[in-house]
Amino acid sequence: MTKSELIEKITAAQTQLSGKDVELAVKTMLEQMSLTLASGERIEIRGFGSFSLHYRAPRIGRNPKTGESVGLAGKHVPHFKPGKELRDRVNAGLERDLAAGRFASPRAHDGESQDN
Amino acid sequence: MGALTKAQMADRLFEELGLNKREAKEIVEMFFDEVRRSLENNEQVKLSGFGNFDLRQKAERPGRNPKTGEEIPISARRVVTFRPGQKLKARVEAYAGTESE
Repeated sequence: MTKSELIEKITAAQTQLSGKDVELAVKTMLEQMSLTLASGERIEIRGFGSFSLHYRAPRIGRNPKTGESVGLAGKHVPHFKPGKELRDRVNAGLERDLAAGRFASPRAHDGESQDN
Repeated sequence: MGALTKAQMADRLFEELGLNKREAKEIVEMFFDEVRRSLENNEQVKLSGFGNFDLRQKAERPGRNPKTGEEIPISARRVVTFRPGQKLKARVEAYAGTESE
């Protein structure tokens, strides 16, 4: 599911807001979430999970082409920890698939799988 | 300041977009419900600019009860992983705060 498909689903599931409004709302939420992490704060969504920052210590890296050493500064990276409800429900999905004899490896969304 | 919660996200939609409070709350709920539903159905979620929620399958593996030392297999499971997008990574990398987790 992509962002635009998510927007379509939410739009279809309610009657008060137009697609444009829902699009703006989704973008506002994602921006607020990004800003929160960029300012070093956590996000805690009950039933879904939490986002926090993990620190990566400075290290000596190597340019794989030239073999040259480069000092890499310490940095923070976003981390997501699924909540219990999400974990249980995703895992129940696996059990359903296995019980139905369905091929159970995860489906990528069709099209290119680049993140951006 | 505390962590960002659904209530604060709804407040923002109320203040910034002028949704009424009930609508705002509903939209925030639906957002996370739809993402969860997609993951439950084994479908990856890609939110460009933010990141991807991917699914990984883990085979059954041997485990042990740490208290009793008894061997119990850890059953096959499916787990969610989050891969932050380039844009989010770049924004977070710039954070120069303390080295806490």
